[in-house]
Amino acid sequence: MTAAHSVAVTPRMAEPVHHLSEDLLLDYAAGTLDEAASLVVASHLTLCSACRSELSRLEAIGGALFATMPPMDLSAGALEAALAALESSDLDGLPASASQKHAADDRKASILPRAVQRYLGGDLDTVAWKRLGMGIETAEITLSNSDEAKAGKRSFLLKVPAGKAVPQHTHDGNELVLILQGSYKDEIGTFAKGDVAISDGSIDHRPVAGEGESCICLVATDAPLRLTGPLGAIINLFVRV
Amino acid sequence: MPMIRHCKAYVFPIMDQSTVVIEGIGLSSRSSNRLRQARSHVIRTGSKKKFMTDAHHADSQQLVEWMQRLAGCQDRDAFAGLFAYFAPRIKAYMMRSGSDNAAAEEFAQEAMLMVWHKANSFDASQASVATWVFTIARNKRIDAFRRINRPELDPDDPLLQPAAEPMQDDKVVEDQTARTIAAAMDQLPEEQAVMLRMAFYEDKAHSEIAEETGLPLGTVKSRLRLAMGKLRSLLGDIEL
Ligand SMILES: [Zn+2]
Repeated sequence: MTAAHSVAVTPRMAEPVHHLSEDLLLDYAAGTLDEAASLVVASHLTLCSACRSELSRLEAIGGALFATMPPMDLSAGALEAALAALESSDLDGLPASASQKHAADDRKASILPRAVQRYLGGDLDTVAWKRLGMGIETAEITLSNSDEAKAGKRSFLLKVPAGKAVPQHTHDGNELVLILQGSYKDEIGTFAKGDVAISDGSIDHRPVAGEGESCICLVATDAPLRLTGPLGAIINLFVRV
Repeated sequence: MPMIRHCKAYVFPIMDQSTVVIEGIGLSSRSSNRLRQARSHVIRTGSKKKFMTDAHHADSQQLVEWMQRLAGCQDRDAFAGLFAYFAPRIKAYMMRSGSDNAAAEEFAQEAMLMVWHKANSFDASQASVATWVFTIARNKRIDAFRRINRPELDPDDPLLQPAAEPMQDDKVVEDQTARTIAAAMDQLPEEQAVMLRMAFYEDKAHSEIAEETGLPLGTVKSRLRLAMGKLRSLLGDIEL
């Protein structure tokens, strides 16, 4: 139903080439993935039907595990208590409908998945970009889980002008990057709209944005990146990227 | 979805004391005993197979029918049937995740209220009832334990990339799928099954499983991958 509805308003884009890892999808399916990474996962799922199918498989496995779990009886009267709670809520109408369509569905699609817009409180035009130098801009996304934020997990948007490079760097922790507009190229390959780049300490790269339009990415990290190129010591600004 | 045809002409008053019939399993009882009797009925009709020997078995066609009656006409007996089957599982899920008895029980009741309120969003062509309820319990656990609203895709997002091969609308996810997965789980080496259960039930990310088991992270990941690979090969080309 939903897919058919979307076909009418959404031109098919090329399927992403670089996908989520099974580790990420499994943690997301099990509900244990941190919030910042979950936001990248949810956004990629919006753009990738292949990963959506894979998630459905993992959730079906979760559902089967759940169904085979040894049940634990509730105390007597639990059902009656639940029914009484239903009675005191608004039971007169039908259960909430799942198919309420947004009036805005027919307007021009944003490059930002709604999962991201929900965090920003609006579309791309509401983003408060902060300049980092060399034309590169970033905008922090405020996570709701303060414990994870305190532990160093962050999410932000990154905008690199067409043809410009991000300085050579590596990652102390893990970094997930989802391309929302434009593309970039590095030692690993070319990443275009919908693609996910998964980096850890083993990757030392210098991504260069593709020509034509600026490259806008959604990033989730659990540690600051570390500059490794000749300019590394100078551009300390980027340590906070 | 053809839900309306399952509707009865009336909706049960809440604390109805009259005799009721739970359609489909032919059970008569007074409402105060409904739940207990539904359970004992279920015990008697349970399959001998290992994955179906628990006392709260209901086949997936029955679960789907209850869901349709709940969505179509807020049928309280259908809700009672779903409650008898799922609430004890949700409670077990929460206790495995570290909740105490009282909290797990309250959580199970609240999750079942969500099942009621979201019944219209259940789509039998997309997932089994057990999978759908699992995702509700999982999201509620994320909300409860980590105080976040899980970031999720919006099915009405204009950006949504349509599936390459559109799903058939009339396909109901068969009982067979859940059984096959359960049977496949039984064939997993214990060390792999344990990891999978820790991942799904105990709210533990890979790194936490590694910490708790004292195994290197790489071992945890490879065992989980082996488990998933094995399940996938056992599941063959079943459409999930
Ligand atoms: Zn993908």
